[in-house]
Amino acid sequence: MLRVKNVSAYYGNIQVLRRVTFHVNKGEIVSLIGGNGAGKSTLLNVISGLHPPSAGTIFFERQEIHKLAPDKMVRLGLLQVPEQRQIFNSMTVTENLELGSYSLPKKEQKRMAKSQRQEIYALFPILQERAQQRAGTLSGGEQQMLSIGRALMARPRMLLLDEPSLGLAPLVAQEILEVTCKLRDNGTTVLLVEQNAQTALEICDRAYVLEAGRIVLEGTPHELLANDEVRRAFLGKDYKEKWER
Amino acid sequence: MIWSQLPQFFVSGLTSGSIYALIALGFGIIHNATGIVNFAQGEFVMLGAMTMISLTQVVGLPLLVAFPLAVLAVMAVGWLMEIGPIRRARSNNILILVMITVGASITMRETAMHIWGKTPRTLPPFSGEEPLVLGNAAILPQTLWILGITLLVVILLGFFFNRTMVGKAMRAVAENRRGAALIGIGVYRMTLLSFVLSGGIGAVAGIIVTPITTMSYSAGVMLALKGFAAAILGGYGSMKGAVLGGLLLGAMESFGAGFVSSAYKDAFAFLILLLVLFIRPAGLFGKEEIKRV
Repeated sequence: MLRVKNVSAYYGNIQVLRRVTFHVNKGEIVSLIGGNGAGKSTLLNVISGLHPPSAGTIFFERQEIHKLAPDKMVRLGLLQVPEQRQIFNSMTVTENLELGSYSLPKKEQKRMAKSQRQEIYALFPILQERAQQRAGTLSGGEQQMLSIGRALMARPRMLLLDEPSLGLAPLVAQEILEVTCKLRDNGTTVLLVEQNAQTALEICDRAYVLEAGRIVLEGTPHELLANDEVRRAFLGKDYKEKWER
Repeated sequence: MIWSQLPQFFVSGLTSGSIYALIALGFGIIHNATGIVNFAQGEFVMLGAMTMISLTQVVGLPLLVAFPLAVLAVMAVGWLMEIGPIRRARSNNILILVMITVGASITMRETAMHIWGKTPRTLPPFSGEEPLVLGNAAILPQTLWILGITLLVVILLGFFFNRTMVGKAMRAVAENRRGAALIGIGVYRMTLLSFVLSGGIGAVAGIIVTPITTMSYSAGVMLALKGFAAAILGGYGSMKGAVLGGLLLGAMESFGAGFVSSAYKDAFAFLILLLVLFIRPAGLFGKEEIKRV
């Protein structure tokens, strides 16, 4: 569904992505794990059209998308739920969700808005309770839910989730990951970027490891969990454990 | 006795305050969509008035036809300004974009000088010149037009920003550009719309004020500065602030001129501007920058 080929990107003179190649199949949850500064968020921003790649190509289904503006991506059904949520703090939860459907044709907006909001409230019941509250007054977890809900209003075929569990209480993070699985089961393809490899590997079908702007490993969660490098770097299990075995 | 003139000061303050409010709204709309200060806002005002003068006095169109045409013409100018220099700059650098608006302002002013010459021109009042006497205040019919049309513009803008999807999308861009882009709001289209809208509002201000003052090719500069001061006073970027800042500035100017000396009328606006910047830079309704860490 999404194919990224040899993509490089720079911030000024600093090369952040080095010939990154990977793909996501329809109906999969694919995780992209990597430490701070590995280039994960940059990669998502390149895919979303917020940051132009210096080289490489990106295909969404059969369409070349690496030269399109962000709003065109949304119309194709490719939505990013950004890190830091980026919701509209001074607007109510309802207004935030309403704006989520901005990219849909006017007629559908009117016709579908209510039933679609209900679907999102079914996924995240707490948002219904907060419907008339300003988004800025929500807790971190609720804001994350709103951010995902807002993206879902555009009826995406593929979601790019940027560290959805960052800074959340474990239970809330768990809830969000469960919803991610639900979305996949309902036919949405997901690219999940995570620093927290443990949780990401729990729910994904395949994963890639990004390090210093390069894809260094790929495999099923099972394969990666068995990999010493991954265990050392991301799961906090150091060599000692192996030695003493 | 000067106290008996209070109502008169109040009325004239409200009148010029309305104009400042409209100009401040124009500043605010572009600021919210782009983050820049549009120095050509005053020229939008001037162009609106000048186009109206030509349409009524040279072409001979009736008021009701010429008014919307003149507004549309200036909207087109705003449109050209955005799709031309602003977009071509391909820059997000605020300073570069602001300098472009300064350039656009000078260009419009000089072009206007060549088209309409240097002598100030005026429009006849929309309906009669017989003032309404209300207690101690004489109210010109044009004053009522100014207040009424300003009120109408404010109500329409309120409806646009709070009830329509496009208006909400513009607010979304103002609040969080990244977030807006990521849900499919075309930030460029919103920028374009903000210039068109500001052009239209500026033109309305110019057209309704000209019958009680006059308009010349360079009159936009002073009007823009007053509108800018009003916007700062209300809190730059706040719509509510723009309206109240405008009215307050108009009133203070009028009372200042009445009680102290009308020679310092213009100085009051800038004195207020400086005071606000010293004491409360965020203005009356502006948000102080609070960042959660």
